[in-house]
Amino acid sequence: MKFSQRMMLQPRHAPWVFLAPFLVLFAVFGLFPIAFSLYMSVHEWDPVQGLGSARYVGFDNFTFVLGDEWFRNSLGTTLLLAVLSGVPQHLVAIPLACFIDAQARRTRDLLAAVFFLPYITSTVAIAIMFTALLSRDFGMVNLVVSTLSKWPLIGPLLPDGPIDWINDPDRLVPAVSMVVFWRFVGFNTLLYLAALQAVPRELYEASRLDGASTWQRFRFITLPMLKPVMFFAVTLSVIGGMQLFEEPFILSGGNGGVDQAVLTTAIYLYRSAFEFSDFGAASAMSWLLFLLMAALTALIRRFLGEKES
Amino acid sequence: MNHSSVPERSPAPPLCKRFQSGRRRVLEAVSTGVAAVAAVAHGLALASAQGTNAAARAAGGEPLTVAAYPALDRILKGLEPDWSARPGAAPIRLVSRSFGDHHSAITAALATRKGLPDLMAVEFGYLARFAGSGALADLAPLLGADGAIDDLIVPYAASQARFGGRLLALPTDIGPGVTFYRDDLLKRADVSPERFLESWESFVDSGRRIRESTGARLIGHARDLKDAIIRSGIQAGDGLYFDAQGRPALTSDRFERAFRLAAAARAADLDARVPAWSNDWSEGLRRGGIACQLTGAWFGGHLANWLAPGTTGKWRSALLPGGAMTAWGGSFFAVPAGSSRKAEALAFLKMLALDPVRQIDAFRRHDAFPALLAAHDDPFFAEPLAFFGGQPARLLWRDVARRITPISVHRLDPLAEEIVNVELDRVLLRGKPVRQALADAQSILERRVARAAR
Repeated sequence: MKFSQRMMLQPRHAPWVFLAPFLVLFAVFGLFPIAFSLYMSVHEWDPVQGLGSARYVGFDNFTFVLGDEWFRNSLGTTLLLAVLSGVPQHLVAIPLACFIDAQARRTRDLLAAVFFLPYITSTVAIAIMFTALLSRDFGMVNLVVSTLSKWPLIGPLLPDGPIDWINDPDRLVPAVSMVVFWRFVGFNTLLYLAALQAVPRELYEASRLDGASTWQRFRFITLPMLKPVMFFAVTLSVIGGMQLFEEPFILSGGNGGVDQAVLTTAIYLYRSAFEFSDFGAASAMSWLLFLLMAALTALIRRFLGEKES
Repeated sequence: MNHSSVPERSPAPPLCKRFQSGRRRVLEAVSTGVAAVAAVAHGLALASAQGTNAAARAAGGEPLTVAAYPALDRILKGLEPDWSARPGAAPIRLVSRSFGDHHSAITAALATRKGLPDLMAVEFGYLARFAGSGALADLAPLLGADGAIDDLIVPYAASQARFGGRLLALPTDIGPGVTFYRDDLLKRADVSPERFLESWESFVDSGRRIRESTGARLIGHARDLKDAIIRSGIQAGDGLYFDAQGRPALTSDRFERAFRLAAAARAADLDARVPAWSNDWSEGLRRGGIACQLTGAWFGGHLANWLAPGTTGKWRSALLPGGAMTAWGGSFFAVPAGSSRKAEALAFLKMLALDPVRQIDAFRRHDAFPALLAAHDDPFFAEPLAFFGGQPARLLWRDVARRITPISVHRLDPLAEEIVNVELDRVLLRGKPVRQALADAQSILERRVARAAR
């Protein structure tokens, strides 16, 4: 038998060989961390002691985490940031996509690319740029606010002194929300814009003949037709919001900010593992966060998902 | 790829057969290709490995892996030429990561006991945690006569390197705590340095006068004041957050005083509310918006070289208020117990930590205050510093370094620091009563200690 014949793949093995690169990578970087995290959630482990030092503790980590005030606060912060940054994304993205689809068809691709740009820009670069922009004494944002405060009509509505966006916990939350909103609104716009291409134009033409107003066409044609994509986009926003990490991490200097103002659950579990050496609690937190995300996704599906007839 | 090996089929087979035949040809081609690529890759890998080994042999053997973070990496790089000049010295493979990434990488390597370098830098705050891993070599027997480092190294740093009687690291640079203040602002406010630094209370009082007279704020953040005060008056053997028995000590007078004075400073608008190393903080130092910084002596070099070089002659350095003797940070180097290159790693470390010429060089070039006592006799210490108005500030820093009481470190120190900072924020921002905040902090830390002690 020749070498090439010996090396020939059996057809029944072929799918596995072709799938092998993905399967191996998925097993190593997908399945193993999940399984290891599940294992760690019921073990006590100080990483520097080595893998052999892990000790089974049952549900102690979950009990500890559920009784931990910082964890509960971090959940509240995560939900707050998810709502403050997530809801406006869709409230802006849907009308924006409709506008681009209806009024800017020639420049649609260019506009989509421009709105999409923040999404593909490095989060670290974005956060560092916003840290400089939001600087209290030397930031561009406060410079603009200071200039506007001298204007006759807007002036009285703005604060007298510079706004401490980063070091005032009450300002840091909107600042982080704004950055997250700015980053993801383009992504959602693109999703809705793509969905709008699939809406049959005849529906709009027929509604026009029937005398429907622009609002009526939006309310009774566009919105219902966008519902499946809304379900998808809102689900992504909820998952992304619950896993929010980079923007608050970098804007707050890596510790969740003054008075833990933007200490999201993702940041807290990261710090628990790598700064406080408590991998057991961190793993338990990640599974509790997963359960919460699953529950929220189910809730969204109930309201926005396709109803089975 | 050998198409001629595929037998001719005649007559034309049915479609499914044709498909199978085509697929088989493709599979055969792919499999042959994969084999060829694998063979080539294997050959290349072998050649590459042989090349690397040859290069390593040519350069004196397998590289010695040393892991560090900025600016220690620059010091290590500076040592390389002298090290390479030694006969038979292995080349150095320097692995440099950012401060946080470096310690995360070491943590991961300790967890798996894989990929540990032959020599690794450890910042003071991580020392207790890594020392508890059982993966660090006891350097005392390996160092031989140099193992008795108490006569060689600044006493407090030598003490911090010992855990359970074992010398698990060698200190290379230290951070004796001192005050850096703007002399011009004090003069404008008519505040004498003696009054300014008499006690923590007079320090805050003087801050009020400075604020009224010059508009400058006393410090960057009230948290800095708390950090300095909790470091004052620690009894020998006690830690920053734990007593000598490892019990949380957050309700002690030290913390209460620190919280009260930090709250007083905030109430009087004496802190700029900017964290250290932020843009606003460095601008505050440059433009005279911040009058003082309480920190390690290494800060003097940063201030003069890049933070505020335009303020030459305006700064002075002095003891901490109330004459407190304490330290901020410090760098240590450790050797993994499992390393097969301990002797070489130790030789390199001795060059770094126990050679006065190189210690002074690191101080001169990189502001790394020497932990080695022999380096303290160098005339460099007595040089007047133009940045500090001609003050020979290094002599003061040296004096402080020798008088600092050793304190113990606890593996939960990073967590304790976070707990204290969170409660201080609640005092400063939400008006939480100091005693309540400290009691809550103590309770949270006790819960964590109990969990860690299971």
